[in-house]
Amino acid sequence: MSTDAQAIHHESFIVNLGPQHPATHGVLRIKLTMDGEYILDAEPIIGYGHRMHEKMGENRAYAKFLPNTGRMDYVAALFNGHGYVCAVERLAGLTVPERAEYIRVITCELNRVASHLLWLGAFLVDLGGFTPLLYCFDDREKILDLLESVTGARLTFCYFRFGGVCNDIDDTFVNGTRDFVKLLRSRMPLYHDFVSTNIIFRKRCEGIGLLSADTCRRYGATGPVLRGSGVAYDVRKQEPYSIYPKLDFKIPVYPECDCMARYRVRVDEIVESLRIIEQALDQLPAGPVMAPKVPKILKPAKGDCYFNVESARGSFGIRIVSDGSENAYRLKLRSPCFSNMSLFQEASRGMLLADALALLGSLDLVIPDMDR
Amino acid sequence: MYSLGDIVRLLLYLVGLIGFGAFNAAYLSLLERKQSAWMQLRRGPTEVGPWGLIQPVADGLKLLSKQILLPRDVNVPLFLLAPIMVVVPAIVSLVTIPFSETLVAHRYNLGLLMIFSFGAINIFALLIAGWASANKYASIGAVRVVAQNIAYEVPMLLVVIALVMVTSSFDLVEIVKQQGGGCWHWNLLKLGANPMMPASFLIFFICMLAETNRAPFDMVEAESELIAGAFTEYSGMGFGLFFIAEYVNILIGCSLATILFLGGWDCPFGLFPGPHWFLIKMYALCFTVVWVRWSFPRTQFYGLLNLSWKILIPLALVNLLLTAVMLKLVP
Amino acid sequence: MINYFKEIILGLRTLAIGMRITFVRMFHHRVTLDYPHKTVTMTPRFRGHVILKVADAKPKCIVCMACQRACPSGCIKLDGEKREGAARKSLTSYTLNFTTCSLCGLCVESCAFDALEFSKKYNLTSMHKEDYQAIDLLQQAGGGK
Repeated sequence: MSTDAQAIHHESFIVNLGPQHPATHGVLRIKLTMDGEYILDAEPIIGYGHRMHEKMGENRAYAKFLPNTGRMDYVAALFNGHGYVCAVERLAGLTVPERAEYIRVITCELNRVASHLLWLGAFLVDLGGFTPLLYCFDDREKILDLLESVTGARLTFCYFRFGGVCNDIDDTFVNGTRDFVKLLRSRMPLYHDFVSTNIIFRKRCEGIGLLSADTCRRYGATGPVLRGSGVAYDVRKQEPYSIYPKLDFKIPVYPECDCMARYRVRVDEIVESLRIIEQALDQLPAGPVMAPKVPKILKPAKGDCYFNVESARGSFGIRIVSDGSENAYRLKLRSPCFSNMSLFQEASRGMLLADALALLGSLDLVIPDMDR
Repeated sequence: MYSLGDIVRLLLYLVGLIGFGAFNAAYLSLLERKQSAWMQLRRGPTEVGPWGLIQPVADGLKLLSKQILLPRDVNVPLFLLAPIMVVVPAIVSLVTIPFSETLVAHRYNLGLLMIFSFGAINIFALLIAGWASANKYASIGAVRVVAQNIAYEVPMLLVVIALVMVTSSFDLVEIVKQQGGGCWHWNLLKLGANPMMPASFLIFFICMLAETNRAPFDMVEAESELIAGAFTEYSGMGFGLFFIAEYVNILIGCSLATILFLGGWDCPFGLFPGPHWFLIKMYALCFTVVWVRWSFPRTQFYGLLNLSWKILIPLALVNLLLTAVMLKLVP
Repeated sequence: MINYFKEIILGLRTLAIGMRITFVRMFHHRVTLDYPHKTVTMTPRFRGHVILKVADAKPKCIVCMACQRACPSGCIKLDGEKREGAARKSLTSYTLNFTTCSLCGLCVESCAFDALEFSKKYNLTSMHKEDYQAIDLLQQAGGGK
């Protein structure tokens, strides 16, 4: 079909999928050249949600960029903040108290679970099933309640600070999280019965949207997309940061390369994240949550730093070049969604529209993260 | 010919049926919203009237008060004709549905055939709607609906033919009468005539879902792929009529399933037969239709065709053959 | 052939399981909160917009301008004067441009004198932009006279 695109060009037509389309979860526009229901070419056009986050990071003091980090990937806002504070801490040579590191990991993993639950629901909506979304939201609300009780916000957390976190966690949070971990574990069979084994769902995911490990490598796709293609790459294991080396967790990998593999990776990651949270809660040390003597106006020494964290969508990288002043000289954000989306053009060629949308859904795109 | 009394009676029935159809369309939409809400741990509409019971009126007023937009490139006559073409056959089909032995607008000895022929107009209307909209999503939706309805018309009719061979009548009243006297007489359980009867009921029900374009077979609409499919460009009451027609079609499909397989107005225990039993069975089936919609994701388009051509049609053919053999063997 | 029927039966079984799950959930408790009739109480750390803390009928603010400097969006404007006989500066105006405020809470953290706190109000809507372009926090805190 696709190989002979030239010959059947006169029969093709162009469909604009987006920027307002129910399947794109935001302002992503995909220019589809189609032959009937087959996609000849899909050209993603991004930038509708561009807010110049990189430039904003360069013309304001380091601390003033913190609220921005929650606005890039708002579904998993804590990871962006984590990457940013870690990069600045490395530049400024700050050490973080151990308790703060644990709190960071606990909240981040909670956020990862929330993000994957939202994805699960949204993916099913892409496939036309509405009910799982509401069940996922039911569980996700409980995470947001927990995170709201410590951070004060439900989505744009802005919780991490240079040298620690801004609020300590209390027993209510610790006990609430333990209860939640138990609750979500008991809910996993529901998702298994209701979604994973459903024959319609399996027919729509198994063998659909194949992404080879080579395609993922060429486009720099990371996270569950890469792990669904059989590559066990996870920043938490490959370049361990924070307290992850002290924790025992597995990296779920599935070699099938299809939508189902990516789905399974994410569902398994929820379970692994729950394990991480439990371990971190068990090991949680007492102590301060903020490093002593963090200057109010941070002026890191001249230098250059790249820091990578494993966000819910893949590897989120941040590069900061400091010239010794109170603003960064250069701030570069590597968004996992951008790389994951880039492979859509190649991967969707020759696919049916409905299958391509299943593939698009399985990439877990957050458009503002892509546009930054 | 017809006496004056007959004509008045027919007119009264017609008004009653239009009212019945409209009322059911309105309240099935409320049922859909309420039931989906219950399944999803929500409450559904609660604000308009007690328990949201007046919500359909508010919805209707909203649709009525909206402007019917005519996009630039549409084929205006066809664009306006399509909603009418989709709703009229739906209402007309109600005429031959017997609610009880006497409560039927027009007893017609080819009633079953008539409902199927009017049902076929529905596809045509959706195709016109999609084509006249001059919208790519609408066109794709329209093409899909034709492929889907042709694919599902075949097994549905095969099942019905097998059933007609058993009942040897197209008259819906006659078909129900044969099933009178308790649930063991219903066609669903008439295993002596054909051991595959429950399976053929399932095939009929699945085809009915597909024919009325209900999830998980809602390829025409497929909102995550085609926005609103064939209805994308319709606004106001133009959209409202498609909406009404969808629910009236569900009503007819469920009525047919009740009449053909579940014994119509017959009581399952052989006591007090009457229209209430018909309504109970029909609404139970409507409930199931909504229940199915909110439980599953949408099928893939080729999956849908595979289901029809690879599973339903062979099974329906086997069913037909078996019925014929059984009719010969068991006098 | 056996696989053909096996797939049909297994498929139907998974569908039946799915329908059982939704049916059972119809009789569970509702998770919806009847929002306008019932509301949630905000957690103690909820970050609304800032308000001035009051002590002895006077704002605790000493006009050190730290919050104005800390604000990433530049939405806080305040002014003060040194009154005669007073030990420290007193506030004459404190306005918040709520249309650009991102509710990050950096102003509250920057305040060394515990003069700011978060409002717990969240029903903040208006048909007019002007209503929130300059919220007079000083007036809300009971004037500064």
